[in-house]
Amino acid sequence: MTQVPSDVIRTADGTPLRLSLQRTQFQSRLRALMLVLPLLAFLTVTFILPILDMLYRSIDNRIVASILPQTTVTIQAWDAQGGELPDEAVFEALVRDMQAAFKDKTLGRVGRRLNYEKPGMSSLFRKSGRNTRKITEAPFKEQLLAIDKRWHDVSVWRLIYRESGATTSSYFLASSDLRLNDQGEIARQPEPRRIYVTLFYRTLWMSLLITALCLLLGYPVSYLLATLPLRTSNLLMILVLLPFWTSLLVRTTSWIALLQTQGVLNDLLVFIGLVPEDARLQMIYNKTGTLVAMTHILLPFMILPLYSVMKTIPASYMQAARSLGASPFTAFIRVYVPNTVPGIGAGCILVFILSIGYYITPALVGGRTGTFISNFIAVHISESLNWGLAAALGAILLAVVLVLYLLYDKIVGVSNMRLG
Amino acid sequence: MKQFLRAAVVSVGAALLAGNSLATELTIVSWGGAYTASQQKAYHDPYVANNPGIRIINDDSGAEGLAKIRAQVEADNVTWDLVDMVASDAIIACDEGLVEEIDPDTWLAPAPDGTPASQDFFAGTLNPGGTNCFIPSIVYSTTFGYRTDAFQDKQPATIADVFDLETFPGKRALQKRPINNLEWALIADGVAGDKVYEVLSTPEGVARAFAKLDTIKDHVIWWAEGAQPPQLLADGEVVMASAYNGRLFSAIAEKNQPIAMMWDWQAFDLDGWVVPKGVKDLGAVKAYLKFATDTQRLADQAKYISYGPARHSSGPLVGNHAELGIDMKPHMPTNKNNVTSVLNFDYVWWADHRAELDERFNAWLAK
Repeated sequence: MTQVPSDVIRTADGTPLRLSLQRTQFQSRLRALMLVLPLLAFLTVTFILPILDMLYRSIDNRIVASILPQTTVTIQAWDAQGGELPDEAVFEALVRDMQAAFKDKTLGRVGRRLNYEKPGMSSLFRKSGRNTRKITEAPFKEQLLAIDKRWHDVSVWRLIYRESGATTSSYFLASSDLRLNDQGEIARQPEPRRIYVTLFYRTLWMSLLITALCLLLGYPVSYLLATLPLRTSNLLMILVLLPFWTSLLVRTTSWIALLQTQGVLNDLLVFIGLVPEDARLQMIYNKTGTLVAMTHILLPFMILPLYSVMKTIPASYMQAARSLGASPFTAFIRVYVPNTVPGIGAGCILVFILSIGYYITPALVGGRTGTFISNFIAVHISESLNWGLAAALGAILLAVVLVLYLLYDKIVGVSNMRLG
Repeated sequence: MKQFLRAAVVSVGAALLAGNSLATELTIVSWGGAYTASQQKAYHDPYVANNPGIRIINDDSGAEGLAKIRAQVEADNVTWDLVDMVASDAIIACDEGLVEEIDPDTWLAPAPDGTPASQDFFAGTLNPGGTNCFIPSIVYSTTFGYRTDAFQDKQPATIADVFDLETFPGKRALQKRPINNLEWALIADGVAGDKVYEVLSTPEGVARAFAKLDTIKDHVIWWAEGAQPPQLLADGEVVMASAYNGRLFSAIAEKNQPIAMMWDWQAFDLDGWVVPKGVKDLGAVKAYLKFATDTQRLADQAKYISYGPARHSSGPLVGNHAELGIDMKPHMPTNKNNVTSVLNFDYVWWADHRAELDERFNAWLAK
């Protein structure tokens, strides 16, 4: 080691400074990792894994293959495009599978899964399951066809054939108002059933509108809060925070009391004669209701980041601009506003992302035209129990948010965003 | 709140008396509000009084009952002991093997005169959709209520009046789902009550039902929670509303609102118990069920809420309202004066068409 150049800086105990530094840095990194480890583990279990599970559920299609194992194997030999019914072997496999599944009480799941694709499958499987118990020997085909004439329908068999794989695209197709037709080609849903594209579009558009309204209303308030003397601004701040601390349901219900046709606002308008008694305004249970209530509920999320950024802008900036000859308006537009961009960015993205996934307020005040896609995700989770479709809708919503976030990063820059 | 406090005090008291290690806990899931309160008074309180070793915990997540049972059974961690759900959910739960199958005559108490349970419950109610996991406790109905001060000379009396905007102008409230609304639309359009599902099975029939709904679409407020329609009626926001009959009764009799019932083509449905598969102590659950579904208990519940007991033998025992003292019999959906026309909900038909018609209904709403 005599070759070691003499210019290497060493610590007191003789190890090169670079090594020693690396070691300490490694140790401090390790310490930092240990400190965040509990949170990381928590997030993995409660956030990352559920999201991955959701993403998987949106394509998961194990139900048919696991409950009708023999059928899904034997049906592969069938010529699905031929227009002929499958042969005896497939029928036998299906009868045997149904008998086993009926005993395990799992046949209902297959019926319900296939019913998403083709109405009537639920009762077909329930009826057949109950009646195939008696079938013990060949000819299986003849006996199953006798149980229900729908087994004569080739499209039923095509459906089983199509959904026998481990994954499916049908949930994502359904979320985009598409479906696979009998021939297995992608086609649009019949017109009366198209809904989700409209809803995605509405959710995005209304969230943008709510964000814009929040900015419009929040900016002057934040400006006032940031420039008033501390005593007054603290009082105003409490007025901003008070609704923030009030229960969401209470605030939403208050809007119902205010805006409904027999509500306070309409009574007032009728009283002063602006609106005739028999033409009271419909301001709730529609888009207006959702816009008003959500703007009110999300307003603090705009005001707080704006305020914290405005608070840091020295008054001397504006004074300097004025002293250099700018009019108050020019000084405000050219000096003050650009300084608040990080706050605008943070507030807008916060409000937008919160509103795009908002659920309870649109459900209560949205009526038929003011509901969001999240309301339908909730319906599929807890009412129709079509978790696959709910997962696909959720995955699309997640993707849309990520794309918009990246877009935002490209245009404004995420680093150029401050929450305070 | 008072209810909750009382329940909390009772259960804490019971726990202290029995000692935590000895007490068997039963987590009973129901719908909350006035409904859980009626079960508390009619079933839970007397049962706990006779069985000091039992603690009953009320869980009000009945609206998500099926979704949560499914999650619990899938995760193999069943924390609920007994779940109150509507028959159509019980059919799905049973079909998917999420709940225990029951044998009525060994699980349930016979009628006082010795009639076995399988004969005493209304025909078919123990086997909705051909399943055998459901123990009905009440018959409830979704029916119409209207404001008595909204119309001068003529009051609405038939389902066709709901669709008659000329004679009965004003807003209506309907439940935000196709079930019942499509049937009512067809009946109002002249289809015979027993032919409704036959007509709805054809594309033309569905189109006809939607076309009829179209005629009032701009005058409808859609509700999602059972508490909404009585509130909308009380506020004068609507002049008539479909609602659960028990909620309407509470608005009319308990809160003295100017509302009246219209029983024409009330839609019957059942609500009752299922036992999730894999409960910790099936014996304790069965003992409770035997008590809570006997003739007297079902009749007792009708003292607190106007839902009809699902047993023949309970009918004559229905008495007066516990607080108001009024005779509850005329307010039962099953009372003979109220059943001149009844829509019998077809579970099997809806199991097939629910997904498709929900989508179509929602798309129709959004337009």
